[in-house]
Amino acid sequence: MIIQGLTFYLFAAIAVAAAVMVVSSRNPVHSVLFLILTFFTTAGLFVLIGAEFLAMVLVVVYVGAVAVLFMFVVMMLDINFVEMREGFLQYMPVGVLVGIILLVELLMVLGTATMSPDVLAAGTEPIPDLLHRQNTAALGDVIYTKYIYLFQAAGMILLIAMIGAIVLTLRQRPGVRKQNIAKQLARRREDSVELKKVQPGQGI
Amino acid sequence: MLAFLEIGLGHYLTLAAVVFTIGVFGIFLNRKNVIIILMSIELMLLAVNINLIAFSAFLNDLVGQIFALFVLTVAAGEAAIGLAIIVVYFRNRGTIEVEDINLMKG
Repeated sequence: MIIQGLTFYLFAAIAVAAAVMVVSSRNPVHSVLFLILTFFTTAGLFVLIGAEFLAMVLVVVYVGAVAVLFMFVVMMLDINFVEMREGFLQYMPVGVLVGIILLVELLMVLGTATMSPDVLAAGTEPIPDLLHRQNTAALGDVIYTKYIYLFQAAGMILLIAMIGAIVLTLRQRPGVRKQNIAKQLARRREDSVELKKVQPGQGI
Repeated sequence: MLAFLEIGLGHYLTLAAVVFTIGVFGIFLNRKNVIIILMSIELMLLAVNINLIAFSAFLNDLVGQIFALFVLTVAAGEAAIGLAIIVVYFRNRGTIEVEDINLMKG
C-alpha cells in the first residue's frame, strides 16, 4: 500500500513536470523527449492501476511511433524556432488565466461529484481476477467478440490515415534521374548493338 | 495514518485534470509553433486516456480500457495526418508559423 502510494506520487510528479517541460521547453527536440518521458511515466501509472496491455500499447504506439514521428518532423524541417518563440510572454497571461480557470473548474467538478451506489453493478464487462485471466487475454476476449466491428473500424481508420499521409507527402519532382526498370528490360539487342564490316586500311 | 497514500479514483482524475490543463495551456503558450500545438493535443488525449483507464479500474469494467485503445488509435492517426500536413505546408510555403497560415482568410 505504502509502496503503491509513493510510486503513484513519484510517477505523477514526473509526468506533470515533464508535461510542463513539453509546453515550455525552448528547443522542440527537448519537447519531444519530455513528451516521451511523460508517456513512459503514464505507462508506469497504467501498470500500477492494472492495465498492463494499455501500458505496453502506450509505449509501443506513442513512444515508438508518434514521438519518433514528431522527432523526424522537428529535425527534418528547417525552421527558426527562436523566431517562433517571439510573443511567448505575450500569450503567457491569458494562457495562465485560462489554464487556472479550467483546472479550478475540473477540480470543483471532481470535488463535488458523487458516485451513484449502484454504478459498480452497472458495468457490463467486469474485469476478471488476475489469477484466472491476464489483462491482455481479458481485453482480447471482449474486443474480438463484442467489439469486433469497432475494432475493424479502428483498423480502417489507421489504414486511411496511412494512405492519407502517403498521398499528402508523395511528390513527383521533375528532373530527377531514376532507374526505369521496364525500359531497361525492354531493351533489345538490335536497338543497341550494330555490326559493321570494316575494310582493312579504311575507317568507317 | 498515512491516508494520503491510499490511491483512489480522485487521485488519478486529478492527475488527468492537471495534464489536460497543461495541454490547453501549451496551445495558448505556443501560438506560433504548430508542432508543439500537436504535442499539446497529444497531452490532452493522454489525459483522457488516464481518465478512462482510472474509471475502468475503479469501476471494475473492462470497457473503459477498450475505449482507451480506440482513443489511442485515433490519436496515432491524427498525429500522422497532422505531421504530414505540416511537412507538405512547409514544402510549399517554407514556414509553419500559425499566423502565416491564412490562405483561406478564415
